[in-house]
Amino acid sequence: MTETQNIIESAEIELLTFQVGGQEYAIDIMSVREIRGWSKATPLPHAPNFVRGVINLRGTVLTIVDLAERLGMGRTDTKERNVIIVVHTGVETVGLLVDAVSDILAVNKSELQPPPEMAADTEQAFVSALMIADERMVRILALSAALPSENVEAA
Amino acid sequence: MMDEDDPMAEIRASFFVECEELLEALQDGLQIMDDGEADDETINVVFRAVHSIKGGAGAFGLEELVRFAHQFESVLDGVRSGTIEADRNAISVFFQSGDILGDLVRAARDNDVADDSRIQGVMTSLTAMLGADAQTVVEEDVDDFQPMGLSLDLDLGGDNNSTPSLPDLPDLDTMSALPSTEVFEDGYTIHFLPDSSLYTSGNEPLHLLRLLREMGEVAVTCDTSALPSLSALDEEKSYLSWTIHLTTDEDEDAVRDVFDFVADLCTLTITGPGKPDPDMPPPDAPPPLSKDDIPATEAPAVTPASPPPAAQAPSDVHNSKPAASIAPMPAAPKKPAVSAPKSNKPRPTVRVDLERIDRLVNLVGELVINQAMISQSVAEAGLPANSAISEGLDEFMQLTRDIQDSVMMIRAQPVKSLFQRMSRIVREASSMVGKSVRLKTEGDATEVDKTVIERLADPLTHMIRNAVDHGIETPQDRVAAGKPEEGIVTLSAGHRSGRVIVEIADDGAGINRERVLQIAIEKSLVPENAQLSESEIDNLLFMPGFSTASKVSDLSGRGVGMDVVKSAILALGGRVTIQSNPGKGTVFTISLPLTLAVLDGMVIDVSQQTLVVPLNTITETLTLLEQDIRALGAQTNVIKVRDSFVPLLDLGFELGFRAPLGSYVGFIALLIAQEDGTHAALVVDSIQDQRQVVIKGLQDTFGRVPGVAAATILGDGKIALILDPVDVVANANGRTRSLQSNLQLAG
Repeated sequence: MTETQNIIESAEIELLTFQVGGQEYAIDIMSVREIRGWSKATPLPHAPNFVRGVINLRGTVLTIVDLAERLGMGRTDTKERNVIIVVHTGVETVGLLVDAVSDILAVNKSELQPPPEMAADTEQAFVSALMIADERMVRILALSAALPSENVEAA
Repeated sequence: MMDEDDPMAEIRASFFVECEELLEALQDGLQIMDDGEADDETINVVFRAVHSIKGGAGAFGLEELVRFAHQFESVLDGVRSGTIEADRNAISVFFQSGDILGDLVRAARDNDVADDSRIQGVMTSLTAMLGADAQTVVEEDVDDFQPMGLSLDLDLGGDNNSTPSLPDLPDLDTMSALPSTEVFEDGYTIHFLPDSSLYTSGNEPLHLLRLLREMGEVAVTCDTSALPSLSALDEEKSYLSWTIHLTTDEDEDAVRDVFDFVADLCTLTITGPGKPDPDMPPPDAPPPLSKDDIPATEAPAVTPASPPPAAQAPSDVHNSKPAASIAPMPAAPKKPAVSAPKSNKPRPTVRVDLERIDRLVNLVGELVINQAMISQSVAEAGLPANSAISEGLDEFMQLTRDIQDSVMMIRAQPVKSLFQRMSRIVREASSMVGKSVRLKTEGDATEVDKTVIERLADPLTHMIRNAVDHGIETPQDRVAAGKPEEGIVTLSAGHRSGRVIVEIADDGAGINRERVLQIAIEKSLVPENAQLSESEIDNLLFMPGFSTASKVSDLSGRGVGMDVVKSAILALGGRVTIQSNPGKGTVFTISLPLTLAVLDGMVIDVSQQTLVVPLNTITETLTLLEQDIRALGAQTNVIKVRDSFVPLLDLGFELGFRAPLGSYVGFIALLIAQEDGTHAALVVDSIQDQRQVVIKGLQDTFGRVPGVAAATILGDGKIALILDPVDVVANANGRTRSLQSNLQLAG
């Protein structure tokens, strides 16, 4: 839960916002390593559905997670304009496949609201906070919950 | 303690590193003695190793280590002087002593406590060997050796002692017992007093002394009487002078040539054999301590925390770090071993942080990939093969491969240290079960990747224990079988067709197949009426939950079976096989990759995916013909390979890439050898290439991916998975005929 801690500890944080399955999400920019264009991933046999495979990130093998699939919004139909956000959580580096990157927002932590309890959406566990930016709702992604290892352990 | 102080901790650390080397030399020496090939020199080497450890331990106040080393040394001294006979029993005690010495060293290093009862036991044996003359030897030695704590506020003043009480660093006292200067009456006597300017101009007396040593036999005395007390010390002044007795065939000019560059920076007297040199001032001329206005970087012998330059002589002076007292330097070519316990490996070495090497290995891996990418681009550009760029690229490829090989060699280490540890395991295991077992090692010098060696230690230990415990019979049984009472376990290593082969062979009774089968049936590992071949029965040993020891000894019954051994070796990319010969013994053969970083693989395509299959797992490839494929059941096929039938597996289906195709005529099958010698055929679409690939670990994000060993990066920058075909076969579903149902697609 490092990203949550970061949010609480500093008064102002910068968030990278991006589009996933038509929704707007954000992550703490400190956990973002780089953003790169989509390149075809090598599929891993017997891996969970949301794992699109592995790509070559300058010599290291990077696992790609289809964030839309992970959040229960169906498989991303990959096109040229899709983007991979390379994030590091302190434990591992993972690439998140998203539709597009939107903006970088500097927000005060007081603007963040806890998400309401909603039972119907499984993806709810992946949202650590909500905020409003230009009348749009931005969901702060709970990165560690969205990463495959967490899921495999829980399953 | 001292290790809180940084420079001290460093010295301490290097002492322990040195100890490991000394312990290795000790083991070597003992092994030679054990093999009955010892000469006087061997016992000297052994003695010196123990003595050096004792010396260093004394300096660091490691009393327990000193006490034990001292006792051990006393006995060895007895052997050296001929009062104690080094028979088999004695050598066995020596081996145990060596083990304990190693324990103590490691315990001291890790601030741990060594097993006291064992130490006492061996101590008693050693004392018993000393027998009557124990007292005299002990006392005599105490005089010659005074453990001395190393403290940083050392007073070099020497009002009460003309020899400064220098820290008793490891090896420092090694030489002090050696013959002194009197021997060299007929040579040259050189008095050498450097001016301060000699140091400030970057010269170093040590190099001169070394040059002299190369000319012949030398004995060097350092005169430290000019050293003032520490408070009066001017660190830029020169206080030391040397008297060198040199026995050489060279003439005086040659000797003088040594000092050619420093002739005006020092006071030099050379007295030839017979006549005194008239040109030179008398030997006892007062030291001209002048020119101290020139800033000096360092003057010797005056920095309290560090020994004088002479004493700092690095180990390439054959370890004879001369103390500030008398330090004879015997001519290296004449008596190398006396001056150098490690003279059998005089090649200079560098200690490098493993992390740096690993970084280099990674970078070279990148280079290889990059080179493959360039090659591919050039090939795609359709340039003629004789164009300059293609030729340059060929050379580049060659160089890349050479660099890669060289870098891999940095990581390679001889298996010797591992084998030495095993000889200890054999000693302990055999005494525990009351058997007499001897370990023979072959191919100690075989070099294997460091990681492989480290990770091989546990499985090997287990297999050696097994060989002693289960393999070798009891002495009575052996005698009854007409074998010598002493069992032999042979541990050998060698390179064979690009892999490292480690064999553990015992000359015991071999595997009792009847009993193995019976146990396996009792434990429901195999069905009661199973008809198994001999090799299948042998391989039952590797099944989880199998243990044959009819009585639970200290060695077995630890809940760790051969299955753990096998999986540890598999994890290293290795294979292990058993060969048993009833009445003659059992041989376990471990085959390992040379390195964990590259692999020879076959690049194949299946369902538009490119995969790499390790070449060593493929026994043959064949194109499937219609008459080869036979239906076995409703959903499975076998193929006929010569006179046997082999299950046919669709790799694309097994990996979840596609549904079974039904017809495989015209496809290519890779014949994969299983551990137990059986085969399976994996169907692939096409074979692209055969090449060396750099192994990249997969992230542990999903735990282990079944059937996949690792990944690599191909020439086009794409990632290809490296298959573990044996695992694929083991987990195979086997369906090759059914229609589209229950299909699970991944990716």
